[in-house]
Amino acid sequence: MGSSQQEQYPLDVDAVREEFPILDRKVGGDVTTPGEDENDTKPLVYLDNAATSQTPDRVIDAIADYYRSYNANVHRGIHHLSQEASVAYENAHDRVAEFVGADGREEVVFTKNATEAENLVAYAWGLNELEPGDNVVMTQMEHHASLVTWQQTAKKTGAEARYIRVDDDGRLDMDHARELIDDDTRMVSAVHVSNTLGTVNPVSELVDLAHDHGAYAFLDGAQSVPHMPVDVGELDADFYAFSGHKMCGPTGIGVLYGKEHVLEEMEPYLYGGSMIRRVSFDDSEWEDLPWKFEAGTPVIAQGVGLHAAIDYLDDLGMENVHAHESLLAEYAYDRLTEFDDVEVYGPPGDDRAGLVSFNLDGVHAHDLSSILNDHAVAVRAGDHCTQPLHDELGVAASTRASFYLYNTREEVDQLVDAIDDARQLFA
Amino acid sequence: MGIGGGSDMYRQQILDHYKNPRNYGELDAPTFSHTGENPSCGDTLTVDVGLADDGETIESVAFSGDGCAISQASASMLSERLPGMTLDELDAMDTDDITEMLGVDISPMRIKCAVLARQVAQDGAKLYEGDVDDLDVTKTEGDEV
Repeated sequence: MGSSQQEQYPLDVDAVREEFPILDRKVGGDVTTPGEDENDTKPLVYLDNAATSQTPDRVIDAIADYYRSYNANVHRGIHHLSQEASVAYENAHDRVAEFVGADGREEVVFTKNATEAENLVAYAWGLNELEPGDNVVMTQMEHHASLVTWQQTAKKTGAEARYIRVDDDGRLDMDHARELIDDDTRMVSAVHVSNTLGTVNPVSELVDLAHDHGAYAFLDGAQSVPHMPVDVGELDADFYAFSGHKMCGPTGIGVLYGKEHVLEEMEPYLYGGSMIRRVSFDDSEWEDLPWKFEAGTPVIAQGVGLHAAIDYLDDLGMENVHAHESLLAEYAYDRLTEFDDVEVYGPPGDDRAGLVSFNLDGVHAHDLSSILNDHAVAVRAGDHCTQPLHDELGVAASTRASFYLYNTREEVDQLVDAIDDARQLFA
Repeated sequence: MGIGGGSDMYRQQILDHYKNPRNYGELDAPTFSHTGENPSCGDTLTVDVGLADDGETIESVAFSGDGCAISQASASMLSERLPGMTLDELDAMDTDDITEMLGVDISPMRIKCAVLARQVAQDGAKLYEGDVDDLDVTKTEGDEV
């Protein structure tokens, strides 16, 4: 830090990193036993944040505090601990609602992850409502969480799956979108920010198109909510999904936002305890929202952790988080595109989210990421759960560096140096 | 060193076989030929095997395909190793034999790349001998990790 270019970065990264001890660990030794040992000698450069983010101490502490001092099942016991846990769990829903601009806890369902949020709507609404003649419109840059879910739901119901084209710059072809979305469209399911291309899609326009034709709009916010201010009310989406573990929270929790009147009309997705108001041998009545969709003992510790993660992100300020990542992504884009043998996918550097996918000519993405790993640079290699998009790009795999609030320009430089080592090795 | 090394996987021998693959191409009259892939890696390999007149000793091997350095170097080295071996000996080869042949530690996530050529050759032999009859394309995805 300290260079003149660094001064425009809004976050004090040195201070931020103090809350993430994992970022100080070394790697490179035996991977069969978890944790750092004496054979781990290389300082970690963690650039795989689109896969999962690291967790600050205060979130870990909040989860530990739950287990140490008020662990109990929720919505059942009259006893003190159960009441504390229930209030904390319900408050977590309120906090999420506030963070993304939902009207209240009724619109916030906790799931296992964003994928389950997609599946919840596919099962609870899609399988019951879709029929032959209907269509579901997605994009070619959908994550498999949305793509496979709606593709298979369409197959089961006889509906048609359609995909909005991605142009050469990695942007959606909105003329094609206007062709595909018609009066038979029942659902438009689109990724807000592409986890592969870094494209920020014009989702308000897609939502309006869907609504003009009487369809629902479902946005996949897994790569947007952690990285930029999002207001689901302003976007007017009917459904919105994201994950806790990509936004400084724990694994095991995702969020389905749904408009209250839409969720109200949907049948439950999972049956069992907690989601019922009254049960007889003949029939059952459902609990109010959002509990109708949270069967069984829910994700209590994860909810507490997600609440703490949101408090943390709000302390930093989502505008600041976004500005920091955008500057890093632009810097990474500029550095990588200096080289003729590096192909970078997606839109230009000043118009992308905080991730960069690329290939080094003559080096398979898995070889490249293995060599980057030898430099302790953690990136993702593969298809990033967007196989059809990679087919469109004409490559089997790519390497992705993805940034978060604790990353630095120096880490981007280390990435570029490690790529150069691969270039020399394979020359 | 421990399991999980990066450029330790890319010792000179591996890179040499990757850059200058041995026995690359097709046999004129293979006794059998089989294809395999790692779908998520995009590694693909076709292995041609020619048997001696005894019907069980491998006489000649060629391979073609593309993918990562580990999968292609492993195929190249295997194509040099197999001639002279019997089909039974091929069938008995396990993952340890492959890592020994490669001479490097392969990180757990890359094992499927390293064993693809062996698996393709073994499955090709099984199809030839009629031990299996419903295998179209060998896929090593996941099952070796």
